[in-house]
Amino acid sequence: MARALINVPAKAKKGEIVEIKTLLSHPMETGFRPAADGKLVPRNIIKRFVCTYDGEAVFSADLFPAISANPFLSFTLVATNSGVITFSWTDDNDETQVQTAKIEVV
Amino acid sequence: MRAQWILPACVMLLAANSARAEIPLHERKSGAEFMSPQTQAMQADDVSNPGMLAALDGEAFWKQKAGAANKACADCHGPAEESMKGVSARYPAFNASASKPIDVQGQVNQCRSERQQAAPFRFESRELLALTTYIGLQSRGMPVSPPDDERLTLFRERGKALFNQRLGQLNFSCAHCHEDNWGRKLGSAPIPQAHANSYPIYRLEWQDVGSLQRRLRNCMTGVRAEAYSYGSPEFIELELFLAARARGMSVETPGVRP
Repeated sequence: MARALINVPAKAKKGEIVEIKTLLSHPMETGFRPAADGKLVPRNIIKRFVCTYDGEAVFSADLFPAISANPFLSFTLVATNSGVITFSWTDDNDETQVQTAKIEVV
Repeated sequence: MRAQWILPACVMLLAANSARAEIPLHERKSGAEFMSPQTQAMQADDVSNPGMLAALDGEAFWKQKAGAANKACADCHGPAEESMKGVSARYPAFNASASKPIDVQGQVNQCRSERQQAAPFRFESRELLALTTYIGLQSRGMPVSPPDDERLTLFRERGKALFNQRLGQLNFSCAHCHEDNWGRKLGSAPIPQAHANSYPIYRLEWQDVGSLQRRLRNCMTGVRAEAYSYGSPEFIELELFLAARARGMSVETPGVRP
C-alpha cells in the first residue's frame, strides 16, 4: 500500500523509556477537495494506527481528516523485554499496512 | 556603429551590477536557515523527513526494469550510491547529443526514451520526483559544483538576465525579493535567498515533493506572471544560473520547506 519509515532503537536497557517514530506515505485525502471535474475526491485517510509490543497493544490512535498527508507519529514506550514491535495503519478502504521492528532489551 | 552600441550596453550592465549587489559568499544562507527550528529538525531527521519516502520510492524505480529494452537504471549505472554520487551537485550540464544544457529531470527522461526505450515520465509525476529525489540524495552534503563548461556560459548568462528581469503584473524580478530584500518578511513569511541546493523539496504547503521548476512557477504566479511551462529552456537557464549562484553551498536534498 505505501512506504513507511520507522525508528526503533535496536537495543535498550530494561525499564528504559524509548522513543518510537513512524512516518507513513499516504495522501490523507480529506474528502472535501474538489478534483478538476468539480466532483469531490472521495475521502481516503488512515483512520486507525495501532502499535503492539510482543502481541500487546501499547499505543493506538484514531486519525481524522485534518491530519496532513504522510502522517508522522511519535510516542514512547517502556522497554520491558526483547521482542517484536508491530505497527499497523488502516485506511478508509480497509487496507492495512503492517510493519515490524525488533528491539533487544539487555 | 557596432562599437558605439557595445559601450552603452557595457555601461548599462555595470549600472545594473552596482545597483544590485550580489550576496557575498559569507552571507549566503540556505533556505533551511530561515525555517522554524521544528521544520529544521524535520529535515535533519531521516525518519521524520517525508522527502525520504520519495527517495525510497526512487530506489525501487532505480531497480525496476522498464521499456522495450527491459533495462533498469541499475543495469547500466549500478548502485546509485556510487554512480550518482555528486551528479545532482553538478547538474544542469551540457548534453552533447541534444546540444543544449539539461537538468537531472531531463537526463532521466533522456535515458528513459533512448536507453530504456520507454515513454518519458510526466513532469511532477511521482516516478520522476522519486527518481530525482533518490539521485539528489546521493549528493547530500556535497558542495554545489556547476561545471566550468564554456558551452554553458551563454545559457547561464541568459539565466542571470531572466533572474533580473521584471515580470508579471507586480513587475518584480527574482532579484527584487531574493537579493535586495532577503531576511525581511513577505506577509508573515521570511524571504529566503532563493538558493536551489535542496531540490526536490518536500514542501509542507504542497503536502508533497516538488521540483525546482514547480517552485519557480509558484513564484511566477505570485508576481502574477504567466509561468514558463515545465521543461522550457528558460527554466533550464534559470537553473544554471541558480546553480552558479549557490556554488559551494551544501546539497540538502531532500529539503523540507514550509
